[in-house]
Amino acid sequence: MVKYEGKVVIALQVNGEAHEVAVRPSDLLLDVLREQLGLTAAKPGCLNGDCGACTIMLDGWPVKSCLMLAVEAEGHVVLTVEGLNGTAPIQKAFVDADAFQCGYCTSGFLMVCHALKTQNPLMPKENIIEEWLQSNLCRCTGYQEIRRAVRLMYEST
Amino acid sequence: MNTAIGKSVRRKDAWDKVTGKALYTDDFPISGVLAARLLTSTCAHARILHIDISKALGIKGVKAVLTGADCPELFGPLLQDRPALARDVVRYAGEPVALVVATDKPTAERAVRLIKVDYEPLAVVLTPSQAMAEGTPLIHKQVNGYKKLLTDIYPEAGTNIASRYRMQKGNTAEAFQRCKVLVEQRFFLPPSAHLAMEVRTARAEISSDGSVLITASSQSPYSVRKQLSEAFLIPAGKIQVRVPYVGGGFGGKAPVMLEVLAFLASRSVGGKAVRLTIPREQDMASAPCRMGLEADLKVGVDENGLIQAADLTYLLDCGAYTDISPYMTKAIAMDCTGPYHIENLSCDAICVYTNHTYVTSFRGFSHESFTFCIERVLDMLASKCSLDPLEFRIRNAIRPGSLTPSQVECTASLTGDLTKCLNNIKQLAQWNGGNAVPIKENTVRAKGVACFWKTENPPTDAISGAMITFNPDGSMNLNTGVVEMGSNGQTHLAQILAEKLQVDADQVHVVTSVDTRTAPEHWKTVASLTEYMAGLAVVRAADDLLEQLRSNGSQVFGCPADEIEVANGRVFSKKNPEQFIAFKDIVQGYKSQQGESIGEPVLGRGGFMLKGLSMLDPQTGQGKTGPEWTLGAQVVEVEADLKAFSYRILNASTVIDVGKVINPESMRAMIAGGMAMGISLSSREAYIYDQDGIPRLPNLRTYKLMHIGQEPDYRVGFVETPEDNSPYGLRSFAEHGVIGIPAALGNALAAAFGRQLVILPLTPETIWRTPSEEHV
Amino acid sequence: MIPFNFIYYRPDSLQEAADIYSTLQSKGQKAVYFAGGSEIITMCRTGSIQPKAVIDIKNIPECGLLSLYNQKLQIGSVCTLNQISESKLFPLMRLACGRIADHTNQCRITLGGNLCGSIIYRETSLPLLLADAEITLYGPEGERTVPLRSVFYQCMQLKPGEMIVQVQIPVWALSARHYHIKKTANEKIDYPLVSVAAICKDSKLRLAFSGICSYPFRSEQMESALNQQTKSFEERVKQAAELLPEPVYADAEGSGEYRLFVFKNTLRQLLEDWDNGKI
Ligand SMILES: Cc1cc2nc3c(=O)[nH]c(=O)nc-3n(C[C@H](O)[C@H](O)[C@H](O)COP(=O)(O)OP(=O)(O)OC[C@H]3O[C@@H](n4cnc5c(N)ncnc54)[C@H](O)[C@@H]3O)c2cc1C
Ligand code: FES
Ligand code: FES
Repeated sequence: MVKYEGKVVIALQVNGEAHEVAVRPSDLLLDVLREQLGLTAAKPGCLNGDCGACTIMLDGWPVKSCLMLAVEAEGHVVLTVEGLNGTAPIQKAFVDADAFQCGYCTSGFLMVCHALKTQNPLMPKENIIEEWLQSNLCRCTGYQEIRRAVRLMYEST
Repeated sequence: MNTAIGKSVRRKDAWDKVTGKALYTDDFPISGVLAARLLTSTCAHARILHIDISKALGIKGVKAVLTGADCPELFGPLLQDRPALARDVVRYAGEPVALVVATDKPTAERAVRLIKVDYEPLAVVLTPSQAMAEGTPLIHKQVNGYKKLLTDIYPEAGTNIASRYRMQKGNTAEAFQRCKVLVEQRFFLPPSAHLAMEVRTARAEISSDGSVLITASSQSPYSVRKQLSEAFLIPAGKIQVRVPYVGGGFGGKAPVMLEVLAFLASRSVGGKAVRLTIPREQDMASAPCRMGLEADLKVGVDENGLIQAADLTYLLDCGAYTDISPYMTKAIAMDCTGPYHIENLSCDAICVYTNHTYVTSFRGFSHESFTFCIERVLDMLASKCSLDPLEFRIRNAIRPGSLTPSQVECTASLTGDLTKCLNNIKQLAQWNGGNAVPIKENTVRAKGVACFWKTENPPTDAISGAMITFNPDGSMNLNTGVVEMGSNGQTHLAQILAEKLQVDADQVHVVTSVDTRTAPEHWKTVASLTEYMAGLAVVRAADDLLEQLRSNGSQVFGCPADEIEVANGRVFSKKNPEQFIAFKDIVQGYKSQQGESIGEPVLGRGGFMLKGLSMLDPQTGQGKTGPEWTLGAQVVEVEADLKAFSYRILNASTVIDVGKVINPESMRAMIAGGMAMGISLSSREAYIYDQDGIPRLPNLRTYKLMHIGQEPDYRVGFVETPEDNSPYGLRSFAEHGVIGIPAALGNALAAAFGRQLVILPLTPETIWRTPSEEHV
Repeated sequence: MIPFNFIYYRPDSLQEAADIYSTLQSKGQKAVYFAGGSEIITMCRTGSIQPKAVIDIKNIPECGLLSLYNQKLQIGSVCTLNQISESKLFPLMRLACGRIADHTNQCRITLGGNLCGSIIYRETSLPLLLADAEITLYGPEGERTVPLRSVFYQCMQLKPGEMIVQVQIPVWALSARHYHIKKTANEKIDYPLVSVAAICKDSKLRLAFSGICSYPFRSEQMESALNQQTKSFEERVKQAAELLPEPVYADAEGSGEYRLFVFKNTLRQLLEDWDNGKI
């Protein structure tokens, strides 16, 4: 059994690297990624699970890191936009499709799309794409460009 | 030949934004930075009897707790009516009451929750008409006692009126007599949120010599500098404001609010670096939001379907403090009729205090609000005249020679070509007369049209600037005060520069973050004036570069400067283009083969100040507030379920006269984004207040934005009627996609459901509640 | 950011979990079982709860089962809505899970959390109530397995320290004809104005509702009204609406009158589809 009280050091596997971080059990994964590991791609947008700007991948699935404790991530594989290294097809697809304006929602969308592709290597039906992407909000674009990016991601491989 | 203008040049910020490298204000390291958190009011209107901060101060790690008593200064860009922290009274639920500074966020937040405030509730005022009624409590005891920063703000003593603007043209009483068809209608639009995905935030630190460094998510770094300087009597040169990438603004980051609080926080701890972060809930309830509006419109048409007269009253709900609202009220007056030829006009636009969250500029600067009202009335008139609403608009469209509400004479250059926009949108939107078309049982499709126009309301002396340096490879660095918050202004400016120098846009690098120490002042990144104002500054800076390049060239080639050409990254003599010098060899001065140094390093600078703008005449409204107009037409098509009162938006189209298309793809995306925002705000967004003026839990769970899957097909068309004074003929551009959409949606739904829709948002429940009318 | 501290436990067995709970309780300390955390974290952040400890039950093997066993589908309480959907074992449940929150949240929200949460909709309860599901609970007093409806009225009626281990669904329900419809104010990702789940058992429709009242419920009285083949749709719907167990729920998403309007339309549509063999 695990018991954490006060500040504790935990091991996190993030973007293929092992990290040891000192956290409070009530620290959010989002805050630990941003403030302790300096991985600021995941963004706070609502801290309420509604906007998706904080989305990361946990064991290949999308997760909103504002609704997860850092201690819960122990023993799991965390992937953030920094871990995509600029080489994930979705990154180029976003650039080519002009799928952002202010860019604040972008990291979250990238991770949802990357997870979508991880779980569905072949392009799924439009309604599945929609279902996944409905977890995220973009206030700048009209979403058309983001849809186009998903298509480009699938076409590029 | 175009090297850069008119091309879909890739965003300069693209790769930063897809790799997580683009840094926003709260992404900077926080080691050694203290944290500040806010306590906000739980009452909409109340006297503060007592604030007990003792428990908060008792927490380990708390460095300071500030209340209104620590900050006597008042703030506001037009009328200084707002304290940084409430003093004696709170005027809206969410108003900042206390500020805690502590070693870290959790400690600061724990302390915030231990502060106890005793309130004595006061009567609340929740609508503009209530605020205007006889005997209503005053939200500000002495509205006319506040300092005015510009002369055209007119608070009315003993009332809740913060300012009023009038337009009088022709003789409406007489003209209404001639009208065969009249529509009189009242409208109600609730306040709503900007909801940029990045919550507003600011950092501050003060060096031991008193220099202030602010980093903020702001559209107005230079206003931050100005307001801090004026309020705290700090020489402006000692204040440095930095703005990195901004995660969406939409006008909501134009006001100066958190920057002041962050400054106060830092000052209270001896100038240490402090970051102020607020949760989404406070971003919605405490920081300024989008205006509400009540309107009473009366418009008459003669037997030929020509509008003869309009009598318009607009009450802008500015909430508890004015911020920029008086100018939004003025903006309503300026464009109050929509882009139509109307000779007899009487308009009152009034800025009214209520106990709502105070408001500030929102994409469209009030146009998205009043346009809903006037364009709905136009459809009601067209229907009464049995005219196709689009043809009715063409018939009444503003044209060269018409006078605007403030009696500026229209020319093609000044206002553009509305008729062309309307004609073009017929095809783009497959216009079919605007009547509902049955699709299957209980289901119809209908289209609605609306027009928009917009001029700007900057201070008459707004300025911009540009500075350009060369790199050893011959590429350029462009440095302006334009904030990158999504609208892609920096890329467009780079294109203007590249075009001027006849090089590829790749050859221009932009300084993405703004620093008031190094970037020349640009008034604010608002009002769609980036490409217009900063664009003119860039053109001048480019001319400056060209002149220096020619001078260097003439010295190298030993010919007069006017024989020298600059193109494709080369300097050469017209007479012998074969012999040229590449930029890289001449931009830092030229070194001959013998080692002789020739010419000087090339540095470009350009400045621009708006000219020819005026205050409005207080009686008639005559005057000119912006350099030009941008106008267009929009259509929305809906598919409506007549039984369930639900609907789907199938497509939304815009044809806009932009003067000149600088970047087709990015401008298309910007207009589509504006349409998306217009659809979201008019179909689902509203702040809902209870009878005590408390907003329903303000978060994104209950305040719905449009998600993917609900969006229609967006279609964009451009018209290019050049503006004579601007770079390449462009018009102000950015916000406009939003403006006519609420009206076009309202018109489409009114046609589909046969109901007079006069309130926003147009939810299925709103439509269901609206009584049906036979003759829509 | 959660401003205060709590102790985090991750027990490996039911016994451990219950022991931690009892020990803390005996010291007068508040502990909560922690599953997907989506509600607990939000409530801690906004200050509506301040537990001394959270007990993360995701490591307890019995809580994570998801399989067919002995003519029953067992679903462990910490199975996420997404795992339940992806398993494709219980079609009606899949429809219900697919409309709770959004897909990414469905990868975290658990069945137990949804049933025990304070957000009033608890939409996973609808398929379970219709399917005569049984539920296994574990607490300081030990384990018990009971019909869900005996412990779920309005919300889970748990004894202090009791947690949901798993639910068991009889196999007939997995292949029964079914229907699910969720109506929201405007945006698809939203709480329900009205959520209706229906399943066909012995040629009769069973129905359960969320959103229309302040708690989810199955009503046999309303089912009887709606199953009266001799009456018109209109009459059946009208009668059913009169049998609602409490006045219609109203909030900013929708007023009571409007909810009722939507409710009646939804029922009508359901009856029509049922009649047309679309269910
Ligand atoms: C964005 C969003 C939208 C939502 N929309 C909907 C919706 O449309 N419809 C709907 O029904 N719900 C909705 N919800 C509510 C969601 O289902 C709840 O957040 C869910 O109840 C929490 O599940 P969890 O596993 O995260 O629970 P937790 O946060 O871990 O726990 C919630 C509560 O349940 C208790 N608990 C958890 N597991 C057990 C167990 N096994 N035994 C005993 N007690 C337990 C906890 O102690 C706590 O009190 C939404 C939530 C979010 C974040
Ligand atoms: S910040 Fe996590 S969902 Fe908005
Ligand atoms: S690009 Fe700004 S929120 Fe999506």
